[in-house]
Amino acid sequence: MQILIYLTFIILAISMLLCFVRLVIGPSLPDRVVALELMSMLIVGIIGTNALYSNETSFLDVAIVVALMSFLATIGFARFLERGGHRDD
Amino acid sequence: MIDILQGILLLSGAFYMLVASLGIVRLPDLLTRMHASTKGASLGVMLLMGGVALHFMQEVVFARTMAITFFVLLTAPVAAHAIGRAGYFVGVELWDGTVKDELKPNYNPLSHRLHNPFARKSKNATEDDSGDAGTTDNNLP
Repeated sequence: MQILIYLTFIILAISMLLCFVRLVIGPSLPDRVVALELMSMLIVGIIGTNALYSNETSFLDVAIVVALMSFLATIGFARFLERGGHRDD
Repeated sequence: MIDILQGILLLSGAFYMLVASLGIVRLPDLLTRMHASTKGASLGVMLLMGGVALHFMQEVVFARTMAITFFVLLTAPVAAHAIGRAGYFVGVELWDGTVKDELKPNYNPLSHRLHNPFARKSKNATEDDSGDAGTTDNNLP
């Protein structure tokens, strides 16, 4: 069972690395926001796997809070883009 | 038995997340990237949370994982809609192989509102009695 948890961690870490590549090379600000949203989803998954790894159920509350924060951040970025703030892509 | 099911859920969830991030690197366009990331990541989170709920086998953990699942399922489309709309209006260029942009002739770029084709048609129908002059007025940019 432990090897499966390690494998999940490894796959999620590779996904995080790929997502970080898009965050760096993304040509415009909405691309980066999409990459950040995917990174927060990955963080939710990693926290869930960490709850399995450490056998501690309190981490799931952290996952709920991270999901809520990512939603609010994405909505905030969308409003900022649509209102036409100063952008430096 | 439960261990096998949990392993399948964990690995498939991680695999869908890997597919989502692979799509976000490889796909050529903002909208296609969003298409990959939103669906793949929400399905991956849901499967991972199913694996977590199967591991602990407690009602409290089940309630929390269901809360995360429903929250992701509700908020991921809303967030994707908001950022896609903002990106389209900001003016990210579409992919070269885009066949058709249905939104472009149908919205007002200043007010970011859609034209209502039914209202325009009825207005044309009433003004057809007086002449064709009304049709050019209604196609304001």
